[in-house]
Amino acid sequence: MNVPAAWYLVLAALLFGIGAFGVLTRRSALIMFMCLELMLNAVNLTFVTFSRTLSDIGGQAAVFFVMVVAAAEVTVGLGIVVSVFRRRSSTSVDELSEMKG
Amino acid sequence: MIATAYAIPDVLVFLTSALLILVGAVGVLATRNPVHSALSLILALFGVAVAFIAQSADFLAAVQIIVYAGAIVVLFLFVIMFLGVDRRETVRVEPLVGQRVFAGVGVLITVAGLITLFARSHWVTGAIAVSSSGQPLATGSKNVTQLGTAVFTTYLFAFEATAALLIVAVVGAVLLARRERSVDAEGSQS
Repeated sequence: MNVPAAWYLVLAALLFGIGAFGVLTRRSALIMFMCLELMLNAVNLTFVTFSRTLSDIGGQAAVFFVMVVAAAEVTVGLGIVVSVFRRRSSTSVDELSEMKG
Repeated sequence: MIATAYAIPDVLVFLTSALLILVGAVGVLATRNPVHSALSLILALFGVAVAFIAQSADFLAAVQIIVYAGAIVVLFLFVIMFLGVDRRETVRVEPLVGQRVFAGVGVLITVAGLITLFARSHWVTGAIAVSSSGQPLATGSKNVTQLGTAVFTTYLFAFEATAALLIVAVVGAVLLARRERSVDAEGSQS
């Protein structure tokens, strides 16, 4: 018998937490994007786990779409990072503070 | 969730994937050098792929390796080298006082809440009652057939919308990354 779904769910929760901590604490926009990928993967792992538990292929289809959206998001996000870097030669998100109220 | 005897290989596979995922994830945010972070990200993504295979999502595991490790991380590395931002990370000062403490507390509460939700509720929505579809998930090439059938019938509209999204993303990336200078080869990589 396969290992219980709860193990994978707890693993996914830990992965999500690590990714969220990285997004909240790191400064570099590139590292924040990587941590965002970690969080997306945690959600994907949860989807696949529930897909197995419920014997429903819909979970895997959702993961498929999440991957597509993640690829598009990274493409556009890195384009933004590149153009911001051209303007101020830094990727630190702390320096983008013109709109601070 | 009653602890019966689980097959040793399954437990080993789970432990391997958990080790890969956690070591890779911690490595992403603990290393200073962005290149090392990207390589740790590959490790974590491989761990997720192992977990996918262990749960009979074979096609998704292959796509995980191809798309994530093969395209997204390469894109990250390309941007890192293009910008030359390796080892540019500033010293470990906290511009916001107590930011890390608050982030840690918030993340702990979130993870504890998630685990409690998984453990206490009946799979959150009681969705076992609507698991419908009847046939259990297949593995191997049958998994590809099953997933393809679902994507091209039930989720066809979302699939077509995905195509539009990808076109918009590619055009947007090219427009964003292409300035008046001649460095326009970057945005069209993906």
